[in-house]
Amino acid sequence: MLSIEHYLFLGLALFIIGVIGVVTRRNVIVVLMSIELILNAVNINLVAFSRLYGDVAGQVFALFIIADAAAEAAVGLGIIIAFFRNRETVLADEMDLLKW
Amino acid sequence: MQAVIQATLDFLKACWQPLLCGLVIVAVLPLIAGYIVLVERKLMADMQARLGPMRVGPHGLLQPIADAVKLLIKEDIIPQDADKLVFWLAPVLSVGAALLSLAGLAIGPAFQVAKGINIGILFVVGVSAMGIYGIVLGGWASNSHYSLMGALRSSAQLVSYETAAGLALVTGLLFAGTLNITSIVEAQYDQGIWFGLLAPVAFFTYLVASIAETNRAPFDLPEAESELVAGYMTEYSGFRWALYFLGEYTNMIVVASVATTLFLGGWLRPFPRTHWLDFLDFLPALFMIVVGAYCVVRVPKQPAKVQSLFMLAVAGLCFAVALVLLAPVVLPMFQRSLAPVVKPFYDGILGSFWFLLKVSAYIYFFMWLRFTIPRYRFDQLMRLGWHFLIPLSIINVLVIGIAMIVGSYLHLAGGWLLLTTIPASVIALIVALFILSIEQKSAPPEQGRAASDSYAG
Amino acid sequence: MLDKVIFYFFAGLAVISAVLTVTRRNIVHSAIFLITALLATAGIFLQLRAEFLFIAQIILYVGGIMVLFIFVIMLVNLDVAVRQMQFARQKWVALLISLALAAQVGLMFWSAGKLPGQGLPVSEAVPAAQLPPNSEEVARSLFSSYLLPFEIASVLLLVAMIGAVVMAKKRT
Repeated sequence: MLSIEHYLFLGLALFIIGVIGVVTRRNVIVVLMSIELILNAVNINLVAFSRLYGDVAGQVFALFIIADAAAEAAVGLGIIIAFFRNRETVLADEMDLLKW
Repeated sequence: MQAVIQATLDFLKACWQPLLCGLVIVAVLPLIAGYIVLVERKLMADMQARLGPMRVGPHGLLQPIADAVKLLIKEDIIPQDADKLVFWLAPVLSVGAALLSLAGLAIGPAFQVAKGINIGILFVVGVSAMGIYGIVLGGWASNSHYSLMGALRSSAQLVSYETAAGLALVTGLLFAGTLNITSIVEAQYDQGIWFGLLAPVAFFTYLVASIAETNRAPFDLPEAESELVAGYMTEYSGFRWALYFLGEYTNMIVVASVATTLFLGGWLRPFPRTHWLDFLDFLPALFMIVVGAYCVVRVPKQPAKVQSLFMLAVAGLCFAVALVLLAPVVLPMFQRSLAPVVKPFYDGILGSFWFLLKVSAYIYFFMWLRFTIPRYRFDQLMRLGWHFLIPLSIINVLVIGIAMIVGSYLHLAGGWLLLTTIPASVIALIVALFILSIEQKSAPPEQGRAASDSYAG
Repeated sequence: MLDKVIFYFFAGLAVISAVLTVTRRNIVHSAIFLITALLATAGIFLQLRAEFLFIAQIILYVGGIMVLFIFVIMLVNLDVAVRQMQFARQKWVALLISLALAAQVGLMFWSAGKLPGQGLPVSEAVPAAQLPPNSEEVARSLFSSYLLPFEIASVLLLVAMIGAVVMAKKRT
């Protein structure tokens, strides 16, 4: 019998993998992809609780998160393209324009 | 262990019918796609006043099998710095997405793999949208300029027309009120009119968008031979190319089926609810009898005995099918008590025939367009999609919604809704053409630069 | 029984794909594994009887956002990137802290299940056969209780569209 902890642990695993990706990788595009993993982990949690309590609000909120992720990915990738055109790099270490 | 076996048996007992339908689809579809290619070549030949493939088999009917064998025994060439995993994966994705989306479609009321799925049409549209990855990853993995450019152009085209297609479907769904495929066709039965007649502009938008979605002429720039060699398929040969081709023709069947279900009444005959037109039920059987009679008439004119025998065999097959189509209609006329027993077969058999007829008509229209209209240039294509079709479909959703509200105030229903939706559609068309003409007035100064800096990848 | 098999299959696929996403050297491979992870998440949604969300995830995330990612990856693809160092210099500290966070939250979930009355089984909440049709429920909720967030989300998407176009345009 599947209990709520199964889904919570799955969400936790995806969340931690996403966090490791964000904090560890140099390539900014991979960082954005890890952020998508984090958002998906949150969605799994929301939908699992929505099923537990029979309230569809969890799924509606997950839908909003998906729409929000689309907007954020579009803007983030636009920024990356604009930066790439200027500096020819997508590595986070080399994006140090404001440093001395 | 015992529990696992028991669970498997329960699963099989619960859904043996959809599994059987799925098996039939996977087994039969590659053959059917091959024969659609043959039909296209024969049609192309007919419109160009020649005969088409005639050598392999009687009247070229074994041509697809010869092609399949040739493609299977060809050498498997992989370009030198190509990414092997992705190169292998891309055609698989293309075919897989197309076949999976077939699972959501219903050919008759009983033939559906994902039976009674709540999100019917959305499932088909969404999964077939995954075919884009087959194109993009195939173009990238080939490690070649033509492939990458063709892939980027093709996927840009697909993504642009997907929006217009989706909004056109939304307009049709406004009448249906549900996403479930069986319920959509039943809604058309309840209202007594096909939704394509109630919302002709939506049907037209979906028609044009689906031609662009499947990379067919006149929107086939990404795979045109004179433009980009073969676009994303350039480096693929042998069976991998056959998989791409199979995916493309399966996609054609999928979009034709979606349009038939939502706009052309699915498996209903024309005028399903007017009982004085019940003689139309004989039309499928009549159609097959006419085809069989034509084959019989042509028998004496065949040059070789083997071809006469073949024509007789085809005629016999047509008559047998006509008999099968006649049975559900004629039997209740002779014995009243058989009517409820025969009804499921009636819906299933005759319904399947009408569905396949409509899908074939839609695909025939695709092929007709291919041999008639010249190709669109890529920027013209994008302009059509973004500047005309998307505003048209958005405005169409709006005005059809208003037309439905006005119709419900005036207590119009079914066919009478035409009184409000036709003026609404005309208004939508006029406004969209107006927007396009404004666009055209402001476009000329940039035309010199536009074709070069956009889409250059 | 079938529920458990489907859950473990999709959960395993999701976790393995996520790990591969974060560790691959080639960005396009990372993107492909992210697509697999998103499909596995959609499978989990389907297993939780959230059909509309399943297809929304496939259409929006897999069919929209990831196509955008792959386009951008192809635009900025540098061959030299494949031979460079993939992980930042702080990778071991970061890993340690992330694992500590995981252990903390995991312990919290595990001990919450041990309290009396917690850890309710999901499949018993409302038996699956008695659930109302999912698309209609989501639609009803979206257009009545959550109409304002719906409209705000559409404004957000409009703003994001304009922003992305402005930022990615070539300055001539």
